[in-house]
Amino acid sequence: MRHIRKSFPGLVALDDVDFDLRKSEVHVLLGENGAGKSTLVKILGGAYQKDAGEITLDDRKVDIKNPRHAHQAGIAFIHQEFNLIPHLSVGENILLGREPMKIGAIIDQTAIFREAEKALRDLLVDIDVRQPIYELSVAQQQIVEVAKALSLEARILIMDEPTSALTEYEIQSLFATIRKLKQRGVGIIYISHRLDELFEIGDRVTVLRDGKYVGTRDVSSISKPELIRMMVDRPVGEHFPKQTADRGEEILRVEGVGIRGVLKDISFSVYRGEVLGIAGLMGSGRTTLARTLFGLEKPDTGKMYVKGRLCEIRSPRAAIASGIGFLTEDRKTQGLVLGLSVIANMCLPSIDKISKLGIVSQTEERRLSEKFVRDLHIKTPALTQKVIYLSGGNQQKVVLSKWLCRQADIFIFDEPTRGIDVGAKEEIYHLMNRLTANGVAILMISSEMPEVLGMSDRILVMHQGKIGAEFRAREATQEQILRCALGE
Amino acid sequence: MGAEFRISRNRQIGTLSGLLGLCGVLWILSPYFLTVSNLLNIAEQTSIIAVVAAGMTFVIITAGIDLSVGSLLAFSGVVMASSLAAGRSIPLALTIGLLVGLACGIGNGVLISIGRLPPFIATLGMMSIARGAALLFTQGRPISGFSETFRSIATTDVLRVPFPVIVMIAVYVISHLILTRTKLGRYAYAIGGNETTAYLSGVNVRLYKTAVYGLSGMCSALAAVLLTARLNSAQPIAGINYELDAIAAVVIGGTSLMGGEGTVSGTLIGALIIGVLRNGLNLLAVSSFIQQIVIGSVIVTAVLLDTFFKRRKK
Repeated sequence: MRHIRKSFPGLVALDDVDFDLRKSEVHVLLGENGAGKSTLVKILGGAYQKDAGEITLDDRKVDIKNPRHAHQAGIAFIHQEFNLIPHLSVGENILLGREPMKIGAIIDQTAIFREAEKALRDLLVDIDVRQPIYELSVAQQQIVEVAKALSLEARILIMDEPTSALTEYEIQSLFATIRKLKQRGVGIIYISHRLDELFEIGDRVTVLRDGKYVGTRDVSSISKPELIRMMVDRPVGEHFPKQTADRGEEILRVEGVGIRGVLKDISFSVYRGEVLGIAGLMGSGRTTLARTLFGLEKPDTGKMYVKGRLCEIRSPRAAIASGIGFLTEDRKTQGLVLGLSVIANMCLPSIDKISKLGIVSQTEERRLSEKFVRDLHIKTPALTQKVIYLSGGNQQKVVLSKWLCRQADIFIFDEPTRGIDVGAKEEIYHLMNRLTANGVAILMISSEMPEVLGMSDRILVMHQGKIGAEFRAREATQEQILRCALGE
Repeated sequence: MGAEFRISRNRQIGTLSGLLGLCGVLWILSPYFLTVSNLLNIAEQTSIIAVVAAGMTFVIITAGIDLSVGSLLAFSGVVMASSLAAGRSIPLALTIGLLVGLACGIGNGVLISIGRLPPFIATLGMMSIARGAALLFTQGRPISGFSETFRSIATTDVLRVPFPVIVMIAVYVISHLILTRTKLGRYAYAIGGNETTAYLSGVNVRLYKTAVYGLSGMCSALAAVLLTARLNSAQPIAGINYELDAIAAVVIGGTSLMGGEGTVSGTLIGALIIGVLRNGLNLLAVSSFIQQIVIGSVIVTAVLLDTFFKRRKK
């Protein structure tokens, strides 16, 4: 891809960007959110049309007009949000749109399963092709996506943030799959925010910044600080700007909370001014615990005390009333109303606080949102901008503002920096520091081990619905936590 | 100015110019069209559907639909008429009528929010139930012959403006204020935009969904008052197909059936477009069969243009 250019109204997304991919290599595309990575691969995948530049495939100039075109050219795209149909089986999904037929018009179900099984066997994974997609874990769904791409005989595979929803163990199995693909000559374009992964799986890396091409390097010849400098154009010394705040009174106490089959005898306390990290593999009950605290799951046993008072939290409304704010792991489907403005989103949990007799004070709404846009440096052209047009980092800040606006004093962060670029991540960490300095307690669930270690004061490690161990963050190591999370 | 506002305003300008353009064409074709008395006549004829469509706008903004509006109009109309016939005072009879509409609307809301029925199914059921109830209540016969005072609801003019038009304007001003200034309005957009997010933000989704259907039921009952006074008769078969006209007005007005966006001012323009079309085609002596074809085409064209411009915006 040479001299690629693409603009959207009011924004040059790509300005003269070059990119090349060899056979059997993993080429990592790196850059902050809004750097143009997604736009570039979307052009390659046929979702967007380039304004200028050219794309050559095997020395032949190609013009990719739509996703089907890209498929025919052997380019497969695995999106961050999967394109699988939940109620169809694994096999039907893998062969969707290319179902083998018999007697002209009847779908040959046996052939579907046979071919799907073959595709999965190539990846050396054991997934039942008859199982419906919705029963699979995120990691398994990803494998199905890869199998689908492979059965299309793709020679170029684009993976956008493939590990963002995976646990450590699942990432390793994905990497094993990627290595197998490389051996078969597939070229892989890999977008990720996680630098560690890049060093583990990447061969070359291309950095984009603000829609411009910064450079391409061999992974073996570049260091992390160098890469970060290329990305943000400023040296980032400290990854985790953790500031320890004074630990205040106990604000939340959980005693013996259990849900049959999911959570078992969970007891812990959180104090004002601390970050309590919750680590664990996917399925260890971390998110269920958060959902229980927020009134989304009904515990069978146990008690919860908020600020010393026994609380029955049966709904999000009750949780919010007792001062809990929940930043869900999925911003777009649970944290935001994408089609509404920054103001409407920010004030949503607080509307009853700023209305009298059901009438909303518009001055107050405006004042609060202006304050948080300023305080949190949210980049938006206007308060009335729909949040769908903001970058991931800014969207996350809007979600954070929702609870700041509501003056919550227990924040539950589920994967606070998922899908957010390095610069915005740091800003989120600084905001967490500010929160704890103001006496807020933070429960942070994260799959990113360095984040848990770097930002927590204490860490609870969950394993199969139980709290396996508690660590002081400063004394813990990744190995210790991983071992505990694996139940060893 | 923000993009959100600009888009909805541009959309509105589009619909409004459609309405004005239509008026222009009709003016050329029929000189009588653009007379004050004809315009007031159109406004009066539109007022009933417009009142129903105002409630429908709320429902559709929450990503719902209310198919029962026509039947609720008939049912609340006959209940109100029978209380009048039984000699109850006008304010009391009106209150009873409005409460019947509200109660049936809340019934819809409860089926949807607590019974978790899809809005289409719940209100389809209510559509049949309320129609049956209206027929049963009257044994299928219209209730006619009301006092001069009651009929004056439809016949009074204020500075030549018919009273039903004033009611319609009031309904739209109040609806606009509810939608833009109150909790109910904010929550309606949030629920329609993303119900999960709204719930996780502490919005009492069940309550506000129910409220929206209650509001729609009330609007139907209010339309029943206007219709009954105008016809001097409450008919159990009144309001058939009104749901379709109301939905058409909402959709022409730029409210998305997917929920989360829309305005009542758009709906008013949408209702007027339908009203103007009917009136104009009548003036031009176009057969009612062709009228249906024309109105259907307008609905489809309005939404086609809408999606076209939205897609281009992306």
